[in-house]
Amino acid sequence: MFKIVEKRKLAENIYEMKIAAERVARAALPGQFVIVRSDENGERIPLTIADYDTEAGTVTIVTQTIGMSTKKICALEVGDSLADFAGPLGRPSEFVHMPLEELRQRKYLFVAGGVGTAPVYPQVKWLKAQGVDCDVIIGAKTKDMLIYIDEMKKVGNVHIATDDGTEGYKGMVTGLIKELVEGEGRKYDECVCIGPMIMMKFVCLTTKPWELQTTVSLNALMVDGTGMCGACRVSVGGKTLFTCVDGPEFDGHQVDFDEAMRRQAMYKNQERTATENYEHKCNCYGK
Amino acid sequence: MANKIPRVAVREQDPKVRATNFEEVCYGYNEEEALLEATRCLNCKNPRCVAACPVNIHIPDFIHHLTEGNIRAAADTIHLDSSLPSICGRVCPQESQCEGSCVLGIKGEPVAIGKLERFVGDWALAHSDEEVAPVIEKNGKRVAIVGSGPAGLACASDLAKMGYEVDVFEALHKLGGVLVYGIPEFRLPKERVVAREIEAVKRLGVKFETDVVIGRTMTIDALLDKEGYDAVFVGSGAGLPRFMGIEGENLNGVLSANEFLTRVNLMGAWNKEKSDTPIYVGRKVVVVGGGNVAMDAVRTAKRLGAEAVIVYRRGEAELPARKEEVHHAKEEGIEFRMLTNPTRILGTDDGWVKGINCVEMELGEPDASGRRSPQEKAGSDFTIDCDVVIMALGTSPNPLIASTTSGLNINRRGCIEASEMGATSREGVFAGGDAVTGAATVILAMGAGRKGAKAIDEYIKSKK
Repeated sequence: MFKIVEKRKLAENIYEMKIAAERVARAALPGQFVIVRSDENGERIPLTIADYDTEAGTVTIVTQTIGMSTKKICALEVGDSLADFAGPLGRPSEFVHMPLEELRQRKYLFVAGGVGTAPVYPQVKWLKAQGVDCDVIIGAKTKDMLIYIDEMKKVGNVHIATDDGTEGYKGMVTGLIKELVEGEGRKYDECVCIGPMIMMKFVCLTTKPWELQTTVSLNALMVDGTGMCGACRVSVGGKTLFTCVDGPEFDGHQVDFDEAMRRQAMYKNQERTATENYEHKCNCYGK
Repeated sequence: MANKIPRVAVREQDPKVRATNFEEVCYGYNEEEALLEATRCLNCKNPRCVAACPVNIHIPDFIHHLTEGNIRAAADTIHLDSSLPSICGRVCPQESQCEGSCVLGIKGEPVAIGKLERFVGDWALAHSDEEVAPVIEKNGKRVAIVGSGPAGLACASDLAKMGYEVDVFEALHKLGGVLVYGIPEFRLPKERVVAREIEAVKRLGVKFETDVVIGRTMTIDALLDKEGYDAVFVGSGAGLPRFMGIEGENLNGVLSANEFLTRVNLMGAWNKEKSDTPIYVGRKVVVVGGGNVAMDAVRTAKRLGAEAVIVYRRGEAELPARKEEVHHAKEEGIEFRMLTNPTRILGTDDGWVKGINCVEMELGEPDASGRRSPQEKAGSDFTIDCDVVIMALGTSPNPLIASTTSGLNINRRGCIEASEMGATSREGVFAGGDAVTGAATVILAMGAGRKGAKAIDEYIKSKK
């Protein structure tokens, strides 16, 4: 059992939790994820790591309630425990293994969308600690849905985009990327984009003509998360890879996003029914 | 002494009924049946069954104890060589091992050694509370075991008996490895058998920890260098599924047998009321492959309400699955399409499986492995309509451990290189089971775990 030691609401339906998981905290690196199970009957779901504290032995996760399993996790409070918390899984971001000299020469543009802002944070924070300053675009539908703004400002140069213009640039993150690159003439060696599949697809389409290397972090369906099941298969450059062990980060220009989005929806019908049943039960029992 | 009675039939659930539930197919012998079947054993002077058993269980001896009604003695005899009789009695391919070499089998039916082993194993589990907990003197040495499947369990249990402090690390949330995520409930009951076998290992003082992915949460290097273990045994199995590499394999509705079985067995998706994990079988499922895993997947699909078909590129005689599983599958109404090889999976416009294109095969000359290699019959293409395709083509070891352990060599199939006794290229690291051999049987893994325990004991003692 893994105790929840802190919980806060970041935006409507988005919660941050600090979990006591000493070993995971000690081993975690930017780019990795964990597999979480809320309770004995719970599903194993992958969640990205938003932060980790080696000394306190805690790992931070940020969860948006989209289906029954995420709702069950978010319904837990401080003092409650998650049944399972396994990780850190997947390969760390490539820059973690880069020689420091080389790394300090590189200019990074991070593009974070919605709840995807959470996994961008440890990457920017890690780079800052190595002396690398990064530009970070954070996008959301509207001002109220922006998360991790204050945290991110401490470690990176933040630019904000909202679809409705309630904060920062009005429009999609792709528009803001173009403004920075074409408008202001900023030069980058790599773009790292984490967010909804559809956003990552369009960011990749935007950066492709500039031949700007773009790394994406895929949130495929998984069961075990250790390479056993293959539910997270993704086509990258025409090759089938497993998101859990070969990723979760891939060269975005090589990813078949249409297939990835289709595969992500494999259990949509079952999930919808399960979520409805769960909500019905919660309403009945007043939880 | 031996008599001329026919092999005592084992009671089984009615095929029509069991094809709709997940309860165990075979009820096993009761005491009366077991004791009667035991009388059929000739107690051969040179028992061929013992030589044919991968762990050389003293088969005529334990059966002889049964004929005298001394079940405890029978159990003790089996336990000299096997730590998991309840499990092996259920899942061993007896027809190609002990029973396959039984003298009685030459003219008639061999002694039902597997069913007798199962009876004794189950009896021992049921009477485990009567056992006096052994007093084990601790030797102060610590061993870490990676994986709680058959190899790890056997290794842990032997080392604990020798006085070692043993910690078993399991990546998943439940203990048992393939016994839990792979083999279905209807063939190997999880609570009644697997959990109790694990309880027995716990009573020896072995500690288990779930959710620890060795290679990620901790590395083997760290276990030896930082965590203070004197040796490590790797029994991490062969969990990486293979796919065919044909067109349409990433369509929605194509999954590995590992994914399908993990959802149903480990995550309990067969019980929709309880489990949050979704499963989709559609109307018709095609399972590609002919091994035990293929049989498990196809029979599971049937139980979940789908029409279920096996597609295998060789002939029925070449099916690698246990005979009993093939027989049970047929009884349950599984359709077998032999000498059939998939060439392409067909999808709907929105990317869901709608069928599988196959060709007919014919068998050529035996290849290097002695099996006759299948060749395509020209112009024999045809399509089977289906909603789900499950690939049961075998598995290979997960590269995670080898890639994160310094000085640990693997062969070109991705298996850890280890000696007969389990010693690897890295000092202090031993390995056995599927992680070394590639996907094989529970009994071989159990045997390798026991050899590993012996080798670890010798290694640690030699360092003193």
